[in-house]
Amino acid sequence: MTERSWHDMGGLPAGPVVPEEHDYALWERRVDALLTLATTKGKFTVDGLRRVLEDMGPEFFETHSYYERWIESVNRNLIESGLYSTAELAAKLEEVRARGETYGECSLTAPEAGSGPEAGDG
Amino acid sequence: MPHDHHDHDHGHDHAPGALSPSGHPYRADQDGPLTRAQALEIAVRELMIEKGLVTADEIAAAIARMQARTPAMGAAVVARAWTDPDYKARLIADGRAAAQELGADIEAMHLLVVENDAQTHNVVVCTLCSCYPRFLLGPPPDWYKQRAYRSRVVIEPRRVLGEFGLDLAEDVTVRVHDSTADMRYLVLPARPEGTEGWSEEALAALVTRDCMIGVAVPRLPDPAPVAAAE
Repeated sequence: MTERSWHDMGGLPAGPVVPEEHDYALWERRVDALLTLATTKGKFTVDGLRRVLEDMGPEFFETHSYYERWIESVNRNLIESGLYSTAELAAKLEEVRARGETYGECSLTAPEAGSGPEAGDG
Repeated sequence: MPHDHHDHDHGHDHAPGALSPSGHPYRADQDGPLTRAQALEIAVRELMIEKGLVTADEIAAAIARMQARTPAMGAAVVARAWTDPDYKARLIADGRAAAQELGADIEAMHLLVVENDAQTHNVVVCTLCSCYPRFLLGPPPDWYKQRAYRSRVVIEPRRVLGEFGLDLAEDVTVRVHDSTADMRYLVLPARPEGTEGWSEEALAALVTRDCMIGVAVPRLPDPAPVAAAE
């Protein structure tokens, strides 16, 4: 019998359900949109998203939030699809970080009407 | 929820414990130090645009489309099923087609509608990940995606439902439905007694998101609501 993977957690012991929830931050909504668009345009599938999420393992699952995991998976899938290289990503990350200290400063948002920093989350 | 804690460590303007207008805690967004995930989101977004895969307008439209999806869509489906037996029959037979009748922006997947009655209570989970009928309920709540709910609701559903404040009678059968990437479930709650003659709109207002996941049941408002202090 195949051993179950870490993500196959149905039926395992766990702590109490904490009925917490939060409003999604702008960057999280964008991650969701990037996934939807990349899959709609055929760059990868939801199975590709899940493959990378499941390969991350239980420790990454426990220590990162939902959309933190998703953006890692979207990025990995897009690199595998050939859309951009790891070198291009590294250069872009350096460019982004050089813009400032906060998300609002580092994200160039002008073209997205209604979803810029002023829209906020709160 | 340990994996979310670091998001709250950043200095920001909101008072600790303050709630947003929708009643949820504020989350550091624009004003905290840039996180790794945020930097990656910006970089991936800009590369997708620069490579010609998407436009900024498409991203804005996708966000707007996602935000337009709320539990009100699911509640409208439930209220119609409560008031129109033919619709309910179509909904049980082919959930996707029936939801589309009411304008649900449904994806290419099956929708199975499971009905509660006096002897049966249904509850929905995705043990493997976070599959959820977003087209009817909007994005899933945090707890739906976390280990405790996913692990336990399939082996001790009564205890889990109790943690949500729902205590079911012993003679009620509990059915737990495990979603997949291609198959989503929606709970059709039992129509509460005392709602005879109510309009669809008034009925829909009783149907919360949690009722359609199956961790709650519709309740009538208190007969004599206390006026808000403000």
